Amino acid sequence: MALLSIRNLSVEFATAAGPFRAVDGVDLTVDQGDVLAIVGESGSGKSVSMLAMMGLLPWTATITADEMSFDGRDIRRLSARERRKVIGRDMAMIFQEPMSSLNPCFTVGFQIKEALRQHLNLDRAQRHARAIELMDLVGIPAPEKRLSAFPHQLSGGMSQRVMIAMALACKPRLLIADEPTTALDVTIQAQILDLLSDLQKETGMALILITHDMGVVAETAQRVQVQYAGQKVEEQPVEGLFATPHHPYTAALLAALPERATTRRLPTIPGVVPGQYDRPAGCLFAPRCAKATEICHSTRAPVQGAELGLARCHHPVTQPEEATQ
Amino acid sequence: MLRYLLSKLLTFVPTFIGVTLISFAFIRALPGDPIIVMAGERGVTPERYKELVEQFGYDRPILVQFWDYLTGVLQGDLGTSFVTKKPVWNEFFALFPATLELSICAIIIAIALGIPAGVIAATHRGKFFDRALMSTALIGYSMPIFWWALLLIIVFSGNLHWTPVSGRIDLLYYFKDVTGFMLIDSLLSGQKGAFASAVSHLVLPSIVLATIPLAVIARQTRSAMLEVLSEDYIRTARAKGLSPLRVNGLHALRNAMIPVITVIGLSVGTLLAGAILTETIFSWPGIGKWMVDSIFRRDYPVVQGGLLLVAVAVMVVNLVVDLLYGLINPKIRKR
Repeated sequence: MALLSIRNLSVEFATAAGPFRAVDGVDLTVDQGDVLAIVGESGSGKSVSMLAMMGLLPWTATITADEMSFDGRDIRRLSARERRKVIGRDMAMIFQEPMSSLNPCFTVGFQIKEALRQHLNLDRAQRHARAIELMDLVGIPAPEKRLSAFPHQLSGGMSQRVMIAMALACKPRLLIADEPTTALDVTIQAQILDLLSDLQKETGMALILITHDMGVVAETAQRVQVQYAGQKVEEQPVEGLFATPHHPYTAALLAALPERATTRRLPTIPGVVPGQYDRPAGCLFAPRCAKATEICHSTRAPVQGAELGLARCHHPVTQPEEATQ
Repeated sequence: MLRYLLSKLLTFVPTFIGVTLISFAFIRALPGDPIIVMAGERGVTPERYKELVEQFGYDRPILVQFWDYLTGVLQGDLGTSFVTKKPVWNEFFALFPATLELSICAIIIAIALGIPAGVIAATHRGKFFDRALMSTALIGYSMPIFWWALLLIIVFSGNLHWTPVSGRIDLLYYFKDVTGFMLIDSLLSGQKGAFASAVSHLVLPSIVLATIPLAVIARQTRSAMLEVLSEDYIRTARAKGLSPLRVNGLHALRNAMIPVITVIGLSVGTLLAGAILTETIFSWPGIGKWMVDSIFRRDYPVVQGGLLLVAVAVMVVNLVVDLLYGLINPKIRKR
């Protein structure tokens, strides 16, 4: 049985100008020990779908799904109180901006111990010992001393390590990392990704990595899910995706990687992700797609079979060389 | 922290000099003359007038007068009232405890009700509680204080006979001033019913005086909370599975307290200067009425000394506020 299973998840935000659909019929499955990357541009609904699962969206969001289960329990049916027993304990999340994700008024130690206090029956001394152990685990030097540090005394990389320590406090079975390295220096990015990878292997937890960096995906993930404008457009194991992307959007994303460029100018994807007012009637990617035909503009794209990476496309790419054009 | 405290204390010096100068200059800039006012309707002969001017030293150059005043102040001599012939210092400290007692009670009411109201309004944004609390706050803020006070007196003193109309304690009780705080003195006196009488005298003026600060604190808490609630670290706190009470009441409120403490400090400062309307309506023997009376009498030493002491009190409140900032958010201490 899958650890996390989501079917046909949609999230709509009530805005002054009417409802805005940020996530549109997304499916997602994660098994114990899986590393899944969710890739997509800004506004493709990557974070929103995960926040919806954690119950962290503002009240303006309406969440609908055919299935949303974690470890066999239907998340939709949990009361707020029951859900709070799951999140932060079995399911934890770290965020994009580590510096602003820690509360400036409390010490690092307080914030880590708070997670322990909320979910585990440990006494003061045990919490203290576990907090030091966690700081050590995420590679923070002199953990005992750092426990009494305030967030403003830490660098971005250190803050993200603290966030990871906090998330791992109760040994979660699923860790969701929402662009954990976007706000960090390149050298620190690599360190944090290595740390996440190592921790995942050590603890055997499942990891969902939300990112828009294909390099991160290649290094860390086993499976990749590509999202565009709130829809899942493709899902493949990493090797397959990099070798033969089936959706033209994935192909275009990969072609835009500097490492793959064959011309002097980097190839780009013209246009922008459709917003609330210019959502196309047919395939959402059609206005920006080089392969789009009549049918793409008029009819919503079907989801292809597993052999074609579940690509949501009328004309899926099938040949590796076709993808690199 | 010590350095922070010292640097804040250092800012006292220019403020102190500024207040001394302004209070000295302003009262003299007012038209009117203390000697004429003192003489009253009987008037004064030009010879006697000249004599008095010389006696009070008003014939000397203004800068010399200021220098005299300043050196006196630095030696702890605030001068003597023209009217009562008592030292300003003594008069102030006879009346200030009454003002302080009333201010403390008022601000406690304002904080105890205002902060929860603001938090509830923010967490129920746009819903019934938010609207109800914020419109009540707006009414409280815009209501004329004297009218509100009279209304309360009519209902609670006049119709229901729950509270006395004015004063600090019932005439039945008499005891010596120990602290100047009626609540404490009445307890110390050990007289039966004295404390209850002091409390019942304090209730209405405190409510009246608390009304505006309460509304301001509630509105400020709400807007600060709304800002903080959209911060990333609140999402982090929620992601830990913490209860809404802990997220709102601890993680959010502590960060939202900075602007709230600022308005509390400002309110306390205003209250300490004496609430003239409230003190007048309830015959509360505080410094507000004393100051106004001495301005009308052109009682230069009282106005100067009173302003200066009130200013010092306000500066102390500001210092406390600054120290609280550092305690609440350690980041501020570093600056």
